[in-house]
Amino acid sequence: MFELPSGAEIQSIIASLTLSVEFFKPEIYLSVLFMLLIVIDLVAKGKKNNLLSITTLLGLAGSIYFIFKQQFMPAGELFFGMYVLDEFAIFFKYFFVLSGILAVIITMADDQFESEVKSMGEYYALIVAMVIGMIMMASSADMMMIFLSMELVSFSAFILTGYFKRNPRSSEAALKYLVYGAVSSGLMVYGFSLIYGLTGQTNLINISSELSLHGYDPLLMILATLLVLAGFGYKIGAVPFHFWAPDVYEGAPTPITAYLSVASKAAGFALLMRFFYIAVPHGGPVYEDILGINWVSLLILISVASMIYGNVVALWQKNVKRLLAYSSIAHAGYLLLGVIVMDAFGTQATLLYLLSYFLMNFGAFYVVILIANKTGSENLEDYRGLGKKMPLAGAALTVFLISLVGLPPTFGFIGKLMIFSALLSKGSLYLWLALIGIMTSVISLYYYMLIPLNMYLRESPSSEEKNMNPGLIPNIIMAVLMFFTIYFGLFFQPLADFAKYGSALFGLKLH
Amino acid sequence: MLSLIVFLPIIAGLIILAVPSSQKQIIRIVSLLAALAQGVVAILIWRAYDPSLPGITAGPGGSPLGSFQFVEKLPWIGLKLGGMASLNIEYFLGVDGISVTMIILTALVSAIGVLSSWTIQKQVKGYFILYNLLASAMMGCFVALDFFLFYVFWELMLLPMYFLIGIWGGPNREYAAIKFFLYTLFGSVFMLLVMIGLYFSVLDPVTGNHTFSLVAMANQANYIQDAILGPHNVMWRYIAFAVLFIGFAIKVPMFPFHTWLPDAHVEAPTPISVILAGVLLKLGTYGMMRINFPLFPEVFHASMYIIGIFGAINIIYGAFCALAQQDLKKMVAYSSISHMGYVLLGLAAGNSEGMVGALYQMFNHGTITAMLFLLVGVIYDRAHTRQIDKFGGLASYMPVYAAIVTVAWFASLGLPGLSGFISEALVFVGAFSSITTRPIAMVSVLGILFGAAYLLWSLQRVFLGKRKPDAAYDLEVGADGHEHIHFHDWKGKIDLDARELTMLVPLVVITIFLGIYPMPVLGMITSSVNKLVEVLTPLAIR
Repeated sequence: MFELPSGAEIQSIIASLTLSVEFFKPEIYLSVLFMLLIVIDLVAKGKKNNLLSITTLLGLAGSIYFIFKQQFMPAGELFFGMYVLDEFAIFFKYFFVLSGILAVIITMADDQFESEVKSMGEYYALIVAMVIGMIMMASSADMMMIFLSMELVSFSAFILTGYFKRNPRSSEAALKYLVYGAVSSGLMVYGFSLIYGLTGQTNLINISSELSLHGYDPLLMILATLLVLAGFGYKIGAVPFHFWAPDVYEGAPTPITAYLSVASKAAGFALLMRFFYIAVPHGGPVYEDILGINWVSLLILISVASMIYGNVVALWQKNVKRLLAYSSIAHAGYLLLGVIVMDAFGTQATLLYLLSYFLMNFGAFYVVILIANKTGSENLEDYRGLGKKMPLAGAALTVFLISLVGLPPTFGFIGKLMIFSALLSKGSLYLWLALIGIMTSVISLYYYMLIPLNMYLRESPSSEEKNMNPGLIPNIIMAVLMFFTIYFGLFFQPLADFAKYGSALFGLKLH
Repeated sequence: MLSLIVFLPIIAGLIILAVPSSQKQIIRIVSLLAALAQGVVAILIWRAYDPSLPGITAGPGGSPLGSFQFVEKLPWIGLKLGGMASLNIEYFLGVDGISVTMIILTALVSAIGVLSSWTIQKQVKGYFILYNLLASAMMGCFVALDFFLFYVFWELMLLPMYFLIGIWGGPNREYAAIKFFLYTLFGSVFMLLVMIGLYFSVLDPVTGNHTFSLVAMANQANYIQDAILGPHNVMWRYIAFAVLFIGFAIKVPMFPFHTWLPDAHVEAPTPISVILAGVLLKLGTYGMMRINFPLFPEVFHASMYIIGIFGAINIIYGAFCALAQQDLKKMVAYSSISHMGYVLLGLAAGNSEGMVGALYQMFNHGTITAMLFLLVGVIYDRAHTRQIDKFGGLASYMPVYAAIVTVAWFASLGLPGLSGFISEALVFVGAFSSITTRPIAMVSVLGILFGAAYLLWSLQRVFLGKRKPDAAYDLEVGADGHEHIHFHDWKGKIDLDARELTMLVPLVVITIFLGIYPMPVLGMITSSVNKLVEVLTPLAIR
């Protein structure tokens, strides 16, 4: 039986809550934006490049101000340990808001929305909802909050994936996404319940101290880890939790594909890193592993499987979106390499890789959209001869793909360099992982280069003259993205410093 | 100075970007001007170069920059990493005896390549942008003294080369281009891991930080004893050496990694073949001399024998393959493989004579093979075929062409009085005087014999005798009663025209001059090579 709290206790709870709200402003602001967008949609019905998208853009940009102010606040727990504010969370807040902005920008460029949907209605509101959810994922410090925020992201994403209601592929993708999502979050919650059973705690920091204080049954712990990983692995799209990815990426509206492949994956990584770096005791008692298997070895398995599977299966893809889907599975593997290193350098490398992935993947999808606007197709064969017809788009896509391979002088190379440096800074321990990473990136060259191969080396079958110029603003955006991909490949210091800033986690005893 | 010579082509490329693609002539002229300016800077470097300074490494107690010249050193990236580590990358350029001749060669071949590209009609703008990017990257590789910078330039060469072969190449270009790309990338990605490993193993003696500086890495005193590639980790040092060696050997190309080269050459347009054979292959052996050997001297010392054997295989296998070719360009490609074998043999000798010979051979092979490919291009332009048995008797109808061909062919087979002879002779002197490579050298001498065989045989079949019945050209009896040659859709001059002569004559002059008086080159490289040999010799033997 619970006793009712006394007046003084209620007083202190309220005081604590009002204090926490001070540190919760970006989320509140974004929630207001979310509601505002729904209201605007009711007031001003219309097509896509209207009030709604501009409001979303400006609104998301405005949130940067609140996040910036948080940079000067002390790291700490909010809402009774449900939520934390730390540099790691701030890094991801910027990341998700920028992803949201880019998703809106590339939606505005996509002509498919004109033909597929009547009104953009909830679309932008849902993008904002996803931003909120992902921000909360990156800041959650409690298993309850983790689950709630993850579901917020997932449900928004399900609807967005199926946004082309009359397109069967889109609906199929949404349904598949939903089914896999339901199963994997179910498994994850089961894992959480096992951990709660082991420790009696839901807060990650408390779980860690409880585990290291009283020890734990290794078998149960590894089972719980595996189940939790099913949830996280689904979010980051890693093998063997990847089955939804190719279909969803192919069927979803392309801006959503880009958004999911970058932001949703990053959110998964934020969660993964916070959970495993905080909740699991490090250097604790000997219970750490059973038969030499602990959570790091599970991550290693997943990472190797993702790199090999993603890169090898991509070789046979004929559809560019599907090809990029498999490439995104492979990139989950590379990102996991940085997590495995388990130190500040590794975290920094992972965050930097996420930044590079952000630029090059959004860039690649943006060009794919612009090409699809003109040709109406995402098939590799229809890219033949495009290099001549759309010179800037061709060059930009080539740069993004080279960056995805990881060749200098692009940002993708820096990401890989940092990941491999982090691995090798541990001596020869993880050398074999670096070798697999290196070899699979050679494989990846082949399928990425299929796109420039078709664009430049092959002639277009039809010689009809058609205006293929994507327009001034898309050209500028493309050029800017391409410029940054190369610029940060040569002068990556500011972003690497930012990633280092972001590698500070509250309550971390690991580094 | 060095920044200028590296980035001139890129600047030209940016200018070309702004020129509308219909202005083909302007695009060509801008490229030519950049190449000529590069040549002027190269000459200035050559004149100002002080041959007494050895370079290679700083040496114990030496100045931090070593005795490099025209040094440009700026901090580029200075990054605090998580934990205690930091990442320091420098923009570090410099020249010593090993690179100075390569810079001159690169400038020369790039300029000739631009002239040779004059006949390219398809997508001229794109072509020259990529060409200039390639030229910059090549030059950058030769002057970079920071491993990271070197790696960036090294990888930067791949993409332009892929497109240059892939878009402007022959019928089987897709295959050749991706094969080139995959092979070289396969070699270089492993280099990336070694580079990172070296970074964690070497400390800059001045700042005490980890460093990518090749000058610091070439001094074994700067290694951390227990680091992954430190002196205590013998196994990893052997593996790292092998990985680097394979990475560079793919570029050379060394048997058994050579199969991309004939394909690339056959499909590539003439100017790209010229660049490929004239400069790109040298990067492989240059990388060995600059990075692979001095960073792991003890491993080099232990593997001289193996390198020598591979050199001999290259020489003889390449010559045999050349002997069997029907396609003139493929024959020249295999002759390249054979001649790069001499470089490997000279390096394997590990003594001054051998190394000087190898470096000199790199220069000479650059000029001679550039000539060979240009000459093959000349006949291909006219007849649209390169089959050796489709000609015969050309000498009497194209006398100037035949004369230059004769010089080039004889230079390639190593006739005394031409530059190829001196370098091959030096290589053999070196290889015979080293006990390790003496037996290998004895076998390799056969390569000269086979080399003479395929070169003379092809010369005879194409240029001497009478027109073959199914030849790619027709003969007409003109008004003056003499026979005239006629290629069926060739409108230009039958014999070499002014542009072709401008490309070929300088090379002929260089070949003859350096065959008679090699000191301009040998004088520049000797002190550096001596220093390199000293670095490579283990203390026990020194």
